[in-house]
Amino acid sequence: MLNYIIKRIGIAIPTLLILIAITFYLMHAAPGGPFTSEKPLPAQVLANIEAKYGLDQPIWRQMTNYIWGILTEFDFGPSYKYHSRTVNEIIGQGFPITLKYGFWSFIVAIGVGISLGAIAAIRKNTWVDYLAVGVSIGAQVLPNFVMAPLLIIVFTLWLGWLPGGGWHGGDWQYLVMPVIALSTSYMASIARITRSSMLEVLNANYIRTARAKGLPTKTIFFRHVFKPSLLPVISYLGPAFVGLITGSVLIDIFFSTGGMGYFFVNAAFNRDYAVMMGITILVGALTILFSLIVDLLYAWIDPKIRY
Amino acid sequence: MNFLPKSLAASFIFASLVTAPVYAAGTHPVTGEALADDQTFTYSELDEFTSADPQMVEDVSGSYFVRDLFEGLMNQDADGNLIPGVATGYTTNEAKDVYTFTLRDNARWSDGNQVTAHDFVYAWRRLADPDTASPYSWFADIMALENVGAVMSGELPPESLGVRALDNHTLEVRLTASLPYFAAMTTHASTFPSPQWTVRTFGDKWTKPGNIVGNGAYVLTEHIPNETTTRERNTMYWNNDATIIDKVVTLVINDENTDHTRWLAGETDKGAVPSGQYPRLKAEYPDEAISFPRLCTYYMSFNLSPSGPEAFKDVRVRQALGYALDRSVITDKILQGGQIQAFTFTPGATAGFEVPAVAFGQMSQDERNAKAQELMAAAGYGSDNPLKFEYIYNTSEGHKKIAIASQQMWKETLGAEATLANQEWKTFLKTRGGQNFDLARGGWCGDYNEASTFLDLMTTPSGYNDGKYSNAEVDELMLSARTMSDATGNYTRVEEILANEMPIIPVYHYTGVFMLRKNVKGWPFNNVEQNVYSRDLYKVAD
Repeated sequence: MLNYIIKRIGIAIPTLLILIAITFYLMHAAPGGPFTSEKPLPAQVLANIEAKYGLDQPIWRQMTNYIWGILTEFDFGPSYKYHSRTVNEIIGQGFPITLKYGFWSFIVAIGVGISLGAIAAIRKNTWVDYLAVGVSIGAQVLPNFVMAPLLIIVFTLWLGWLPGGGWHGGDWQYLVMPVIALSTSYMASIARITRSSMLEVLNANYIRTARAKGLPTKTIFFRHVFKPSLLPVISYLGPAFVGLITGSVLIDIFFSTGGMGYFFVNAAFNRDYAVMMGITILVGALTILFSLIVDLLYAWIDPKIRY
Repeated sequence: MNFLPKSLAASFIFASLVTAPVYAAGTHPVTGEALADDQTFTYSELDEFTSADPQMVEDVSGSYFVRDLFEGLMNQDADGNLIPGVATGYTTNEAKDVYTFTLRDNARWSDGNQVTAHDFVYAWRRLADPDTASPYSWFADIMALENVGAVMSGELPPESLGVRALDNHTLEVRLTASLPYFAAMTTHASTFPSPQWTVRTFGDKWTKPGNIVGNGAYVLTEHIPNETTTRERNTMYWNNDATIIDKVVTLVINDENTDHTRWLAGETDKGAVPSGQYPRLKAEYPDEAISFPRLCTYYMSFNLSPSGPEAFKDVRVRQALGYALDRSVITDKILQGGQIQAFTFTPGATAGFEVPAVAFGQMSQDERNAKAQELMAAAGYGSDNPLKFEYIYNTSEGHKKIAIASQQMWKETLGAEATLANQEWKTFLKTRGGQNFDLARGGWCGDYNEASTFLDLMTTPSGYNDGKYSNAEVDELMLSARTMSDATGNYTRVEEILANEMPIIPVYHYTGVFMLRKNVKGWPFNNVEQNVYSRDLYKVAD
C-alpha cells in the first residue's frame, strides 16, 4: 500500500509539470495579452510594464522563472489585473470560501442524494421511487444559472428570509442559497447512480441467498447491500468533490461570494496569466490527490481490490 | 490668468455656512432638506476595482474610489465645471505652457501630515517612472510634461520631469506644448498626490486598509476582494465639515439581474438596470430608474487599409451601408434605454461641440434607404452581383442583436450579404488592431469632455484608428485644434468630412442607466464624464 502511494506521488510530479507546460503554452497562444485593451498602450508604456513583469523574455524563460519562483519561495506571481495583489493572496482569500460552500454542498449532495437513491431502489416501482426519481431528474435539468436567480427572487425578494448575496465570513444565512444551488445537480447524479447500482446489488445472487437464509431486511441492507452499491458512487465522488471545492463561477457571480471560480474564469478573459496558472496548478494538484484518495477508498470497500 | 470662478465663491459661502460637522438627523445646510439618520451610501459594481493607487488605477470603478480617497489639484462640480481642490487656483503664462498652482495650507493627509506641493511632484514623477510601470503613464505623456518621453523611456531620471515645488504650497508645471485645458487634466485620478512615506514603507501593499493614507474625504477601512469595500469619513479632510455621507459601501455583484434584484430587496441604494428593461422599470419606478447621456459612441469601422476589401474603398458603398442602417430600430426596439441615434462620431453631450446638421442625418429613413439603393447601384452592386462582406463584433448578447438587425437591414434594403462573426474580447481586439476584418464593431468613450477625445481617432497617426482611415484635411484640422482656444469650427468641419466619406458608421450614443433610490440626492447627472464624489451626495429623510 505504502509503495503504491509513493509511486502515485512520483507520477503526480511529472503530471503537474506537464500540466504547467501545456497551460503555459496555451495561455500564451491565445491572442492578446494582459495589457491588450480597447485603448492600446503606447509602445514605451507597454515595454515598461512587460519589463517589470518579465513578459519581455522568451516563453521558456518565463516558464522556468515561474516554476523556480514556486519551488524556492512558493511564489505564484503577481496579478496583472488587480495591481498590488498576488496570486497567493487571491487564492488564499478565494479558496477558503470556495472550500466552505463546496464542502457543505458535497455533504448535502451525498446525504440527500444517497438517501433518495436508496429509498428509490428499495421501494422500486412504487410512488416513492417515482417521486425520488422525479425530484432528482428535476434537480438535474434545472441548471444552477436558473436555480440561483430563482432562489434569490424567492428567498430574498418575496420572503425576505435570506440576504441576496455576499459572504460575511461564511455565516449560515449567506451559505444556504449557494449550497442549494450548487448541490442540486450533484445530488441528482448521486441519487441516480445510487439507485441503479443498488438495484443491481439487490438482484445479485448473494442477496437472494441472504434472503433465503431468512436474514432481516435491515441486516441485509446495511451489511450486504450498502457498501458494494457505493462503489460507482465513490468513483463519481472523487472528481465531484474536486469540482465542488475548486469553485463554481456561477455561484460566485450570482451570490457575490468572492470565491475562486470567478477569479479563474475572469483570469482567462483578462489573460491574467499568473492567476490562471496558480488556480490551474491548485485544481490539478487537488484532482490528483483526490483520485488517489478514491482509489484507496476502493481498496477499503472492495476486498477484491489490492494494491 | 486668475482662476476665480463663481463656483469658487459659492463653495466658500457654502463652507462658511457650515458650522456643525454632523448632519445626521439634521438638515442640509444649503437646501434645507431634512437629512436621513443613516448616511450610508451603498452601491454595486459589476467587477472588482483594479487598484486604489492613484498612479496605477485604470478602470472607471477604481477611479471613483481614488476620487473619494484622494484629492487632486482641481475637482469638478455637479455640472462638470472645474472647481478648486487641493489647489485654490492657478496662473499660467501667455503661451499656456507654464502653470503655477497655489495649494491650500489646510489640506491634510489622513495621518495628519500636511499635503504639500512635494506630494504632487512625487506622484507625477512616480506616474512617469518606468519602474512604477503604470498602465496609465501615458496620461503623463498627453499632459505634455517637460521631458516626459525621456523619463518614461529611462533616458532621464524622474527628477528631470517638468514639475517642481517652488515651496510647500506652490507647484510649477512646465509643458512642451501649449495646453489651454491643462488645469482640467488635473481632475484625472492619475494626477492625484501619493504619500511618499507610506508608499516607501509598504511598497505594493500601501493601498491596503490599515496601510493606506489619503488626502480625500474618505479613508478605506475595509476591503474584502470581490465582495465588499467600505470607505468612511476622513476626519482630517480639510472640508470634512461639508461632507454629509458618513460611509460608502461598494458591493461587487457580477450579474446585472442579481444586482437589480438586490436593489429591489433594499440592499443597495444604487443598482443595475438589466439590459432591455429600462422602459418597464421607468414606468414602474419613474423617480428611480435613471437614464442620462454619456460620452460614448457605438460605431462600425470599415477596414480601409490595403488588407481591407476592395468594395469598401468605394465611398458610395460605405455611404450606402451607413444610410441603410435604421438606427431607430436599434435604439427604440433593441436597446430601449433612451440611447440617441448617431449620425456623427462625437456625441452631442460633449462640451463645446455643436452637432453639425450632416445631410444624411436630416433625411427620413425612407429617403436614406432610397439614396442608399441609388449609391449601391451606381457602385455596381445589385441582386445579380450582391455585396458580400463579414461583420465582426466581440461576444455579447447586445452586440449580437444589433449585428443581426443590421444584417437584415442591409439585406432588405441593399441585397447585401453580411456574414456575422463574434470573437472573444481580447481576440477581437487583436483581430481589429491587426486589420484582419472587413467591417468591425467599435465603441469609444471620451477620456475627457472635449470633442478631440473622439475625433483624434480619425487622424492618420492615431493608434486607435483601426480602420486606417487617412485624410490630410482631417489631420490638419485636428492638429491646429490643439492650440486653439475655441476649436468648435474645426470639429464641425471634421464631422462633415466624416459624414461624406463615411470611414465609420456611427450607430448610437450611449446612455447611462441605473436605479437610484429617490432619497439619494446630489448625483451629478449633468457631469457627462460622471466624475462622482461621494462627499457631494446626501440622503434625505423618507
